[in-house]
Amino acid sequence: MTGLIDTFFNLQVMLQYLPKVIEGMGVTILLAIVVVTSGLALGLALGVLRSLQIRVLNALIVLFADVFRAVPPLVILIIVYFALPTVGVRFSGFASAWIGLSLVLAAFAEEIVWAGILSVPRGQWEAARSSGLNFAQSLRLVVLPQAVRLTVAPLTSRAIVITKNTALASVVAVGEILYQAQAGYSFSYNPSPLTLGAIAYLILFIPLVWLGRWVETRFAWKR
Amino acid sequence: MEALIEGFFNLQILREALPYLAQGLGMTLLLSIVAVPLGFAGGLGLALASTSRSRLLRWSAVVYTDLFRAFPPLVLLLFVAFGLPFLGFKPPPFVAVAIAFLLNTSSYYGEILRAGIESVATGQHEAARSTGLSRWQSLRWVVLPQAVRNVVPDLISNTLEVVKLTSIASVVALPELLYAARQVQSVTYNASPVIAAGLLYLLLLWPLVRLLSRYERTAVRIR
Repeated sequence: MTGLIDTFFNLQVMLQYLPKVIEGMGVTILLAIVVVTSGLALGLALGVLRSLQIRVLNALIVLFADVFRAVPPLVILIIVYFALPTVGVRFSGFASAWIGLSLVLAAFAEEIVWAGILSVPRGQWEAARSSGLNFAQSLRLVVLPQAVRLTVAPLTSRAIVITKNTALASVVAVGEILYQAQAGYSFSYNPSPLTLGAIAYLILFIPLVWLGRWVETRFAWKR
Repeated sequence: MEALIEGFFNLQILREALPYLAQGLGMTLLLSIVAVPLGFAGGLGLALASTSRSRLLRWSAVVYTDLFRAFPPLVLLLFVAFGLPFLGFKPPPFVAVAIAFLLNTSSYYGEILRAGIESVATGQHEAARSTGLSRWQSLRWVVLPQAVRNVVPDLISNTLEVVKLTSIASVVALPELLYAARQVQSVTYNASPVIAAGLLYLLLLWPLVRLLSRYERTAVRIR
């Protein structure tokens, strides 16, 4: 038992790497915030653009959404970070993770927003238009407010999934929690830094899991 | 344009890479075939536990689910792959990946199946019992078939996520598709293999993505 504690909860090693892991938590939080903000914004914009019903544009949006929903996020990060430089486009690890994960979130968000817009009965559009509102006004004042309610639960759960994917950024050398924990593990050859990293993730994500559970019951899609 | 083709769609390099990519794809498929049923079975167990009459079982299922949904899968994988050897058990990469996937995906399948079971009206169970079926029989023949049917879109969506997730096995050097592609990339200094891997994932998973969009749209129309 003491062996187990020495191995996985070695206080000395843990204290040594605690500052690094805390620094990593900051990076994880920052990355999560920028990814969720830009991903949701782009997804919302694409979903709204799709309601304009411009054929070529819609085909492009569907293609984008399909590609970024089908290809694993890690593959996308690796393409952005390791493959783009071979044709002269170079991003830092953080920027690669930001771009890659934002695009993935945007693809899922677009589909959710579009499904939400579709769920608003046609009559709402027609009524809004015939009461003198123009297209943008009906969208903004009548359709979107009704669509949004339905999209809250799935958007939240997607956003939570993507924040967990920030751990993938460790592969492209972003100094977030997992990267710091792994570095600590390989320097000390003791898994305690990994334990520390795991605890850091629990602190950040248990509340998010609970939030997701609450939102799911509060804004459940009615089947 | 020429540089782009040279760098991303280099036929000569792709011809050399093809056998490795094919092998990697085989491993990705094998891993998916192992991980999906394993996760589903684990999830079914969790769902049954979380809807059982025993409070202890219910609570253990909730704690398990929340715990393993809070860890990013990559963190779990590294913890299993690097931590277990310190307990005197050095699993081959495939086993490490399978364990990590069981822990992670079973909690997601569990949540989905629990929602499915809860969506079946209690009257169904009562009617089944009163026609003389045992509790097990009523679960097996009446409740579960309806429960699973009610959550088919979520099950497909999660299965898509699991297959995509197999790409993280590359981080612990399991030679699946992404790993194979990166190996060839590092030898040839050319990104074509990684791009090809991305396209293979796309081809493999596109049908699932399309199916999912169809389901989302019908779900909206029914409402």
